[in-house]
Amino acid sequence: MPLLQVKNMTHFFSGLRAVHNYNLVIEPGEIHGLIGPNGAGKTTIFNLITGVYTPTEGEILLEGKSIVGLQPHEIASRGLGRTFQNMRLWRHMTVLEHVKMAHYSKLTYGLVGAFFGTAKRYREEGEIEEHSMELLELLGVAQFADQNVLNLPYGVQRKVEMARALAVKPKILFLDEPTVGMTPEELVGMMEVFRTIHKEFGPAIFLIEHRMKVVMELCEQIQTLNFGEVIAEGTPEQIQRNPKVIEAYLGKEEVE
Amino acid sequence: MTYFFQNVINALQWGSFYALIALGYAMVYSILMLFNFAHGDIFMAGSYIGFGVATGLLYLVTSGFFSLPHWLILVLTIIISMFLTSFLGILVERIGYRPLRNAPRASAAITGLMIGIILETGNLALLGARRLGFPSLIMTKTYEMGGVFVTNKKILVVLVSLGLMLALDQFVRKTKWGMAMRAMSYDFVVVPLMGVSIDVIAPLTFAIGSALAAAGGVLYGIAYPVLDPYMGILIGWKAFVAAILGGRGSIMGAALAGFLLGFIEIFVTMIFPSTLRDLIAFSIVLVILTFRPYGFFGKPYSAKLRL
Repeated sequence: MPLLQVKNMTHFFSGLRAVHNYNLVIEPGEIHGLIGPNGAGKTTIFNLITGVYTPTEGEILLEGKSIVGLQPHEIASRGLGRTFQNMRLWRHMTVLEHVKMAHYSKLTYGLVGAFFGTAKRYREEGEIEEHSMELLELLGVAQFADQNVLNLPYGVQRKVEMARALAVKPKILFLDEPTVGMTPEELVGMMEVFRTIHKEFGPAIFLIEHRMKVVMELCEQIQTLNFGEVIAEGTPEQIQRNPKVIEAYLGKEEVE
Repeated sequence: MTYFFQNVINALQWGSFYALIALGYAMVYSILMLFNFAHGDIFMAGSYIGFGVATGLLYLVTSGFFSLPHWLILVLTIIISMFLTSFLGILVERIGYRPLRNAPRASAAITGLMIGIILETGNLALLGARRLGFPSLIMTKTYEMGGVFVTNKKILVVLVSLGLMLALDQFVRKTKWGMAMRAMSYDFVVVPLMGVSIDVIAPLTFAIGSALAAAGGVLYGIAYPVLDPYMGILIGWKAFVAAILGGRGSIMGAALAGFLLGFIEIFVTMIFPSTLRDLIAFSIVLVILTFRPYGFFGKPYSAKLRL
């Protein structure tokens, strides 16, 4: 059984067809890439699967169960983690707090514990803090734990976002342009992070990416999207040679 | 010089009320991006609830059900009033604000004004237009320190207020609820993915803000023992000014600005006739805001980023 399966998904934004007849199969542990020009509908597909929008038509199965119509947090709690194009970090909170916050649903102490500081609260907070620090160490950003994210370099912020998404141990991780705006050095570091994550936690990864280097090196399967439709699908080698892909990115060659 | 220190003590007490009320404005604003204009009347309601609790406890003690020292009645009054008033805050959120969460901001602001009027006139209908005297739970004792006179009530007001502010600070910084509140003040998309619901955090914020206002109301009743249904309006507006001055949504900023406002008012009356107090004090605030339009701790960023 595939981990995630999307069948014939179509979505309209008040008459405008944003996604047409989209299909996807991701097996456990697989790294799957989604590429395409700006405005092709990549983020819309992410938002449809993660429950931000409900698709007009089609089926979405996570571990064989339909998740269409569920709230984003319900889908998240079934093991779908995601990062965002614009990161959405909480400006004046520390790195450690970001990762601790991701454990929110694992903290079971109530208001009494919060106001009067019961032993349970301190034990739970302690455990979560330890786990969060381990995660930050794995991603190589533990030394920034007590700093506000606002003051940190962009590459570090990206890793913090990644740690936050990983904290809930997702079975599949959706990454929306995780290397956008990175310097070449940061890019190398980030790819190392992807490999570490994949080795340590083994989640499937569904990746939107513009940088061909990243997609070609990491992904096993790639889909190319244009105007809401998949125009090519296959391994990195197949995609690279596909004339439709080249056309979508570079425009059609005029033959005189 | 003793005159100066005398006024510092007075300003600390006066500022405590503003600070306790301003915290409620700031907390609600940081989550919902709107000011709860009923908050001054929640302060009033808290004071009346405190009156009821104190009177009830005193009645039970005098009719011999149990015996409690008066200082303990005072402590219980503060705690029980905070607890009860927090439910009023939850009710205001549930009935007044939740149905309008996606409505235009102006409608939600007007809701606050209406709830305020309902609380005032409801009180008027329930208890009549007479003023009530807050039961005097502790005898006023005056201590003299080098020519400065300090009453035990002033010490009580300042210490309880500071204690509550410290507790709030710990709550917001160290607990999962506090973390969720802070995270939600930046973002409405990722936070819910972690299982945090706005339908839990918003009422909790109202509850805590209202409990602090109730503590302010009880302390106010002890310091100035005359209650009337409109007592919350002016002090509520001024605390609102303090919340803006502290920086919209900044919790500690609101507390500090509350004290600052207390200091400005008291020190204006030190120099000018007291009839000019608000005129001059708020002119000063206006000038401060001209140079610090985001307040002391406010940050210029767009609420749109959260959605």
